[in-house]
Amino acid sequence: MSERTERSEGRGRMPGQHGMSERTERSEGRERMPSRHGMSDDRLDGLSVRDVRVSFDGFTAVDGVSLEVPAGDIRFLIGPNGAGKTTLVDAITGLVRATGSVCFGDQELLGRPVHRISRLGIGRTFQTSTIFEELSVVQNLDIAAGGRRSWATLARRRRGIPDEVAAALETIGLTGRADQLAGTLAHGQKQWLEIGMLLVQNARLLLLDEPVAGMSHEERDATGALLETVSRDRTVVVIEHDMDFLRRFARSVTVLHAGRVLSEGTVAQVQADPRVQEVYLGHPVDAGSVPSGLEA
Amino acid sequence: MTAVTPAPPSTASAPAPADSAPPSRSGGRSRLRAAVGFAFGAALLFAVAPLALSDFRLALLAKYLCVAMVAVGIGIAWGRGGMLTLGQGVFFGLGGYAMAMHLKLADAGPGGMPDFMQLYGQLDELPVWWRPFASPWFALPATVLLPMAFAFGLGSLVFRRRVRGAYFAILSQALAAALVILLIGQQGTTGGTNGLTDIQGFFGYDLDDPVNQRTVYFIIAGVLLALLALARQLIHSRYGELLVAVRDSEERVRFLGYDPASVKLVAYVVAAGMAGLAGALFVPAVGIISPALIGIVPSIEFVIGVAVGGRATLLGPVLGAVAVAWARTALSERFPGTWTYLQGLLFVVVVAFLPGGLAALWALARRRDVGEEQSRRGWSALGRRRAERAEVPTA
Repeated sequence: MSERTERSEGRGRMPGQHGMSERTERSEGRERMPSRHGMSDDRLDGLSVRDVRVSFDGFTAVDGVSLEVPAGDIRFLIGPNGAGKTTLVDAITGLVRATGSVCFGDQELLGRPVHRISRLGIGRTFQTSTIFEELSVVQNLDIAAGGRRSWATLARRRRGIPDEVAAALETIGLTGRADQLAGTLAHGQKQWLEIGMLLVQNARLLLLDEPVAGMSHEERDATGALLETVSRDRTVVVIEHDMDFLRRFARSVTVLHAGRVLSEGTVAQVQADPRVQEVYLGHPVDAGSVPSGLEA
Repeated sequence: MTAVTPAPPSTASAPAPADSAPPSRSGGRSRLRAAVGFAFGAALLFAVAPLALSDFRLALLAKYLCVAMVAVGIGIAWGRGGMLTLGQGVFFGLGGYAMAMHLKLADAGPGGMPDFMQLYGQLDELPVWWRPFASPWFALPATVLLPMAFAFGLGSLVFRRRVRGAYFAILSQALAAALVILLIGQQGTTGGTNGLTDIQGFFGYDLDDPVNQRTVYFIIAGVLLALLALARQLIHSRYGELLVAVRDSEERVRFLGYDPASVKLVAYVVAAGMAGLAGALFVPAVGIISPALIGIVPSIEFVIGVAVGGRATLLGPVLGAVAVAWARTALSERFPGTWTYLQGLLFVVVVAFLPGGLAALWALARRRDVGEEQSRRGWSALGRRRAERAEVPTA
């Protein structure tokens, strides 16, 4: 129940910020989050992408993208197929070579190998489920939790369930399935397990590539609630095609088109942007189709 | 909205302790089962086999057990780590030649030269790289460390460049071919095609004496059990879980902050060490090491045994290797010339119809029981979840 109120409160706030510039909204966000939740040990950092370019053999997939994701945000990246959303995430996580600058907090990410970027607290999921199907749920989480384990620890057997793994199991609601083979989980549960793996990995920036694709309505709701729980002490970036999901759970949106940022702002701002209507939605949207929740 | 919600932290705290119990319990049970299994295996190898088999058959079994040691390593590298090591003959050969060089020098006595060097007659004194092998303190560790060091160097290059799958298999096989060509080419110092033959003594004991042959068998059986214990520890450790994760999704592991190259490297190096040890013990058991025993064909035969037995299990590779080697001897005795075809057929059948090996049949039979148990547990978890949900509105 508590998420519901928090969410409608968040939604109610958005139209009020209509007139604000991006910068004031961002700085407000940065101050607000740590004080509200009193997080002391886990630092909240924002993501800052400046003029990032990725090209493959002459084809420029990402063409000078700059965006700022404030700490604690739930940022949705949307855009038509081929807009460069996944490639941008690939660049941030070190999977493809890119020029420009990507900073998380004060750490530059570009130029580091994938596993080092991951150790700085950047976690991602993929469009296809990439859990370890031959291992149990708890083994999946335990491996995710162990990125900094010494070889001596690795050589020993796991005894019981580590605290952070137990906590993640609760958060993602799979406590009762801890010993089940991950490959036998339902589709939605696999996605939650992926998110759980990012949590125990201590990722402070979560990059999720289409987390609700193929999910039922109930599973989408649950995933949204999970994202809101998670974003209390983390920054979340979601690539998503599902517009209903976006309207309900996005705190801010960046629209990419042909490798560039087309528009950025709240859901309402982006939906009202005529360029977005033209390019992304394919036709202008009349006022009546904006969900009533956004106007509250 | 409450249907399948990942429960928010406040509501789901209750069931956690109940669920953390089972793994440790089943861990205890599996340890007990392993202890019983090892005791059974030891009884079989140390009591039953020596009593039931003739000296000739026991010597053959010793040879099979050496092949089984290589199989344990392949089970780790290929079965758990996904690296199809088609060139384990290289490491087997390095270990075998290191041991044989020492034994040849020991046979020749202090200051002497191995017989074949005098035969080919081009050398006045021992080649420099033979000299350290005169000392057992160098030669014995070298049988294991040399293959491991070689695997480390090779693996560092190969895994960091993300060579895998068929490319890795072809590369490792090419290496086996290269080593054979090198050994044959350097006939004056390596014995060429003949290899190092006619090894008489083993640290002062005459290898022609059946009692000493029996002792060699016991050493081999003991080492095999020790390697199995090591493999078991490795498989059940966190590293073992991680290795399976790398096998199934290398990229994902990288995104979890591990370097998959070093994870694979460890398994590869361990497998190489096991193959080296097997080669070293093969020499006193059989009395010869030659290029024909370490080239492409034997390298593939190592893998066939593992595939037949079940590569991802602990015992599958061992039983498969022994069974295939035994079948080879038995069938070549009766129908000479047909074994090669049968072996090929066996491999095709296993790969096509039984990718998990014979162990998969065993697992299939067991899964029926486990499956029932698991579905029961699943239902009870669901019931508990329902109960929780019912509590939420009243709270």
